[in-house]
Amino acid sequence: MFVLPEALLLARLQFAFTVSFHFLFPAITIGLASYLAVLEGLWLKTGREAYLDLFRYWVKIFALVFSMGVVSGIVMSYQFGTNWAVFSDKAGPIIGPLMAYEVLTAFFLEAGFLGVMLFGMQRVGKRLHFTATLMVALGTFVSAFWILSVNSWMQTPTGYALNANGQFISAGSWLAIIFNPSFPYRLMHTVSAAYLTTAFLVGGVGAWHLLKDRENPRSRIMFSMAMWMAAIFAPMQVVLGDMHGINTLEHQPVKVMAMEGHYQSHANGAPLILFGIPNSARNRVDYAIEIPKLSSLILKHDINAPLAGLDTIPKENQPPVGIVFWSFRIMVGLGFLMAGLGLLSLYARARGKLYHWTGLHRFALLMAPSGLIAVLAGWVTTEVGRQPWTITGLLRTVDSASPLAAPAVAASLVAFVLVYFAVFGAGIVYILKLMAKPPGAHEPEPPHIPVRTAGITPAAAIMPAIASPQGSHQS
Amino acid sequence: MTLDLTIIWACIIVFAVFVYVVMDGFDLGIGILFPSFAVGHDRDTAMNSIAPLWDGNETWLVLGGGGLLAAFPLAYGLILSALYAPIIAMLLALIFRGVAFEFRWRDPAHRAFWDAAFTGGSFLAALSQGVVLGALLQGVSISGRAYAGGWWDWLTPFSLLTGVGVVVAYALIGSTWLILKTEGALQQQAVRHAWRLGAITLLAVIVVSLVTPFLKGNYFDRWLTYPNILLVAPIPILVAMASYAFARSLKSGRELAPFLLTLFVFFLCFIGIGISVFPYVIPGAVTIWDAATEPSSQVFMLFGTAIVVPLILAYTGWAYWVFRGKVNADGYHS
Ligand code: HDD
Ligand code: HEM
Ligand code: HEM
Repeated sequence: MFVLPEALLLARLQFAFTVSFHFLFPAITIGLASYLAVLEGLWLKTGREAYLDLFRYWVKIFALVFSMGVVSGIVMSYQFGTNWAVFSDKAGPIIGPLMAYEVLTAFFLEAGFLGVMLFGMQRVGKRLHFTATLMVALGTFVSAFWILSVNSWMQTPTGYALNANGQFISAGSWLAIIFNPSFPYRLMHTVSAAYLTTAFLVGGVGAWHLLKDRENPRSRIMFSMAMWMAAIFAPMQVVLGDMHGINTLEHQPVKVMAMEGHYQSHANGAPLILFGIPNSARNRVDYAIEIPKLSSLILKHDINAPLAGLDTIPKENQPPVGIVFWSFRIMVGLGFLMAGLGLLSLYARARGKLYHWTGLHRFALLMAPSGLIAVLAGWVTTEVGRQPWTITGLLRTVDSASPLAAPAVAASLVAFVLVYFAVFGAGIVYILKLMAKPPGAHEPEPPHIPVRTAGITPAAAIMPAIASPQGSHQS
Repeated sequence: MTLDLTIIWACIIVFAVFVYVVMDGFDLGIGILFPSFAVGHDRDTAMNSIAPLWDGNETWLVLGGGGLLAAFPLAYGLILSALYAPIIAMLLALIFRGVAFEFRWRDPAHRAFWDAAFTGGSFLAALSQGVVLGALLQGVSISGRAYAGGWWDWLTPFSLLTGVGVVVAYALIGSTWLILKTEGALQQQAVRHAWRLGAITLLAVIVVSLVTPFLKGNYFDRWLTYPNILLVAPIPILVAMASYAFARSLKSGRELAPFLLTLFVFFLCFIGIGISVFPYVIPGAVTIWDAATEPSSQVFMLFGTAIVVPLILAYTGWAYWVFRGKVNADGYHS
């Protein structure tokens, strides 16, 4: 089957664009759902009103982000068929069931617990409400579990066999498919990434309000909690990332060569290239700033260990080095900056200046979107580094695509870009407006307007006013 | 074993699609009729009548799509790539109308814009779904396991006809939903819509039924040769009876009957399509057995589906029960 190169490139761009947009929302909701559960738990335990106020403040933002996650997710579940028909056919028997489990999870969540969490505080009682919040947090995690299992299988396929139609099928054990070698690392690193994304968002919003009013106790709580998360999770993320990388070296060594910019093999001790400009035409990194032997130390824990380079790999099996090299550095750079802010906050805390150090608050404000950027950079590293394969070593990207005409894909790509920026742009403006309001005492419940996220829970049964947008609660 | 599971999965997916069509049908229909309602009270009431239900309705689309990939991966890839343009149009349309629902209230300053997005999105989604139906019925060209046609193949007079037919049918079921859910002037307006839309829908059903047997494929044998014609005759007869009952129920001012009768006609059309295409997923080219996934995948998925789908149905039933009353601009009176 013949696919035009332009059509393929456009299809890849379209997939990358839509999935990147989609992922921004779950990256926030996975973390925020857990944060909300913690806030509610603290409120129930201590009875401090401030925690409840914060819960209500963030639950409104959660609702909006979640609804955009759902809308953009619906597109994703059809993109596999529209743009990657051959891939869907071949890999369907394996990835299909796993993705179906993701859909069922999301479905289940929306059916019950979300509506209760958003509108049920007064009606169902504190216990049941807290249960609903916990279930939502669990549900977002389970969603991530399944979809990351799919993605990891594409990176490091195991447990499969081929049938007469050339389809990948289960060789017997579904556990071997679900728990493929890169999955545990990817799951931990990504969930921790989602926590960090939320922490820096919450921290940034807290810092913004502290810059305007240092005394607001709710801003203080949010900032302090976020900084604890940064101090604990950011260093941990560096460690998890290192473990992930070592796992990748074992199963997808070519990706690591691209990340490190190792065009050449090094027989005893490979250098760590900090910066430089990868030059694939000449197979070298121009203007490289490197630390001798460090790469071998990090990846092999031995400064003299030999490391193979891209010169051992046929050209047609190499990913584009430049993108992978740079996106990896963006992620890692942000990871260290995050850890830096975490440490700084510990120092400020020890000196009792956590709420008074304007410089720290400015830094935190600047870092507010850092998680989102790092997460995207990480995914670009992962996915582009897998090229030219969609299923590592088994199915090439060129052989995965639908036989589409370039103008069709070009038109749809333009339409996606326009619609996403218009619609999600408006959504993001609404989110920023909510964030710009300082968290007040007696934060009101979410506005009583139809909220998509409430799903099919008859919210009116637990909170009749939800069905009356024109009533006194019009916002 | 293989055979049974394949049939079971075909039933699950057809069921999901049917639930989707009837449930999202009425809220897309309300979106299509939206501009005809007066700004303010009437529009808010129409919106409120579906507000608590529609997201659940749309989730069946995800289940249908996800289920198709999981159970019939070959068909999933073929259909979505062959009908690329209308599928993408549907997805974009659903984005607009999805967020319009919420943003309309969040951002009153731009309410007119979001209302237009709501209508435009609903209209385009319905049209695309109808076009997809027609394009499938007329067949897609396939070589080996891949789509072999061009990117405009889906566009024919027949697919436009089914497209318009679905728009009108959704508008009809939307208007009957409003008859059920509203009172006063808005209800009267919905009744007038239902008369007109009912007539046009019936016309569309008749025209599509007359044209289909003459499309490429074995539709003619299925419907118009002896003895099949005797077996399938009940379908048109039931449609005729339902249409008559529908007209009487409108005339006598019944509130629930028009909605249920419309549902019944939708159901009959579904059966009719089933008769036309079974056992094919892609008429004339790919049967459900050709497209079915491996038995082990079928079994694995059945566990989750067997647990979650009944729960969802129970929830859904409960939601509809809670919102059984009349609605006005202030919401449901329950
Ligand atoms: C807040 C986000 C964040 C931060 C600070 C980091 N990462 Fe990361 N990284 C991700 C978010 C992420 C991610 C988005 O979650 C990825 C994409 C796919 C995946 O498994 O996780 C990822 C992928 C990813 C991969 C690719 C693995 C593969 O595709 O096989 C490696 C090697 C690392 N990371 C290593 C690191 C290191 C050494 C870091 C710190 C110094 C680091 N990451 C910080
Ligand atoms: C976990 C679920 C995911 C799955 C199953 C998945 C699957 C795929 C598939 C099928 C392709 C197209 C084939 C290809 O070009 O390799 C692709 C490409 C791509 N994806 Fe993912 N993806 C997932 C998550 C993500 C996320 C969250 C992002 C970004 C935030 C992302 C970024 C990309 C990019 C940038 C490409 C283009 C790579 C290229 O073509 O060079 N992916 N992915
Ligand atoms: C290409 C891959 C992906 C597909 C096909 C996909 C599909 C979907 C769909 C259909 C929904 C909406 C479900 C509903 O109706 O409620 C959704 C939401 C969601 N997705 Fe994805 N998704 C993908 C990538 C990811 C990734 C990489 C993650 C996380 C690691 C993720 C996590 C979630 C979560 C937590 C939700 C719930 C809504 C939200 O939190 O915003 N998805 N996804």
